Amino acid sequence: MTSPTADITVHAQGLSRDFGARHAVNALNLELRRGEILGLLGPNGAGKTTTMQMLTGNLAPSGGTVTICGIDMTERPTAAKMHLGYLPEHPPLYRELTVREYLDLAARLHRIAKTRRRPAVAAAIERCGLASVAARLIGALSKGYQQRVGIAQAIVHAPDVVILDEPTVGLDPNQIREIRNLIRELGQHHSVVLSTHILPEVETVCDRVQIMHHGNTVFSDTIAGLRQSHAGRGVRLGLRRPPAVPTLAAVAGVAEVEALSPNVFRIGFADGADPTDALVRRAVEDGWGLTQLAPAQTSLEEVFVHLTQTETA
Amino acid sequence: MIFVIAAKELKALFASPLAWIVLTLTQLIVGYGFLQRIDDFIQLQPQLIQLPNPPGLTLQVVAPLYATVGIILLFAAPLLAMRLIAEERRHQTMVLLMSAPLSISEIVLGKFLGLMLFLLLTIAIMTLMPLALLFGGHLDFGLLASLLLGITLLAAGFVAVGLYASSLTAQPIVAALIGFGLLLVMALVGETAADSLRDRGWTAAADLARVLSPLKNFDPFARGVFDSYSAACLLLLIIVFLVLTIRRLDAARLGG
Repeated sequence: MTSPTADITVHAQGLSRDFGARHAVNALNLELRRGEILGLLGPNGAGKTTTMQMLTGNLAPSGGTVTICGIDMTERPTAAKMHLGYLPEHPPLYRELTVREYLDLAARLHRIAKTRRRPAVAAAIERCGLASVAARLIGALSKGYQQRVGIAQAIVHAPDVVILDEPTVGLDPNQIREIRNLIRELGQHHSVVLSTHILPEVETVCDRVQIMHHGNTVFSDTIAGLRQSHAGRGVRLGLRRPPAVPTLAAVAGVAEVEALSPNVFRIGFADGADPTDALVRRAVEDGWGLTQLAPAQTSLEEVFVHLTQTETA
Repeated sequence: MIFVIAAKELKALFASPLAWIVLTLTQLIVGYGFLQRIDDFIQLQPQLIQLPNPPGLTLQVVAPLYATVGIILLFAAPLLAMRLIAEERRHQTMVLLMSAPLSISEIVLGKFLGLMLFLLLTIAIMTLMPLALLFGGHLDFGLLASLLLGITLLAAGFVAVGLYASSLTAQPIVAALIGFGLLLVMALVGETAADSLRDRGWTAAADLARVLSPLKNFDPFARGVFDSYSAACLLLLIIVFLVLTIRRLDAARLGG
């Protein structure tokens, strides 16, 4: 477990999938280590779900390989699936079972020994906050609880790799926070692959991001790397009595000014310059009425929009 | 792992009203037929006794009973099998099984076994009726064993066909129709086509029709004859449709 390769839990190489003439996923590479959370992003139809189906052995790839904890998915699917927990887009729930019965079945299906099954189910119920509904029929639960049962099903056997396809869809804000905390907790000991449309979710939860577009990977970096490469290039400036945009642009070191609202501006800095001091001084001297000043982090959203819109076919 | 799936299916069956309805109707129909045949037998008994080698209670009453069960199964098996795969498709729960460390063969065999256990239970409950005759007479246990073996093979054949039909669609009702249609065609082929094909000298086609007609292959068992050819035909039918189902599910993983 100490060698560097042993810690690689998911390894996909040149993964492709065609549906007829359409390339749903094209030569995708993906690598994940223990304790890492990877966010898989992309517009609808980018191939995220297809990728996850291939990673979990639900769909056979047209090309490329998937290795889970060093076990090839095509050659030894049963052994590879032992290390996997998967929550698909639509949680696979048996409505006629109670939550506890269902999780017990999930544990059985994952070959958990009889003696360990009860504690495993209890732990999953606890972690996903299902204690109050454990004896109820799944069909009678709200969407949020059903989603949580789906997550519980994916983690009941403590798999090395947890793959979650849009885990926070249909949850209320409190539940979303709980699930995010749960995912972060999972990420400490397991590897998590997560797909979502909610970009702040990725920024708060994930260690790495991979953006897909038309089946291709268009961006792959760590969140820290993303922040570093885009931070410090501008500020967000709020002014109660703003001057005309050209006045702001005339301040030395300002490369661009974008009015986000009548009172809030995004000021882009010229390379190597930092006109923050100058802006503050002018604001005081000219009575612009400074209300906010914050580093304008290029958000993941901007990267996302930039990468997935400019290349639209 | 096959048993985990079988237990799950058995549980799901008992959770649905369909299984209870089928169970009830089977008992009602068979029970009615049973009483009527006993009545007939009692009326005929004085005349039968005068025959040098009279047909016994088992052949007169019990054997037709199992033939009735065979017909009921023709309807019931596709109805009970329809949801096995189609419903998992429709509710997208198949993913749970496909993502678990199970082979597709285990999934298919588990589902097959689950429904078989249910039908065996039905047959066992029904068998209490002939056993009740032991209070007032004696049974030919050899014939009874032959009937039980035959009906089990017949049920397994029907379930295999129903399971395959269920793997073809995501609509349980459509699956039931396909399954029932297949079984009906097979029954018709067995009753008529096999003989006329043989008369024309098309033996290969006649042999195929024979394999594909489970009811025809049940007949020797109902006479207390263990015909290994008929048994082999039924086994072949079961295996062929189970393999077809496995291949069908595997194609869903490969295709798209």
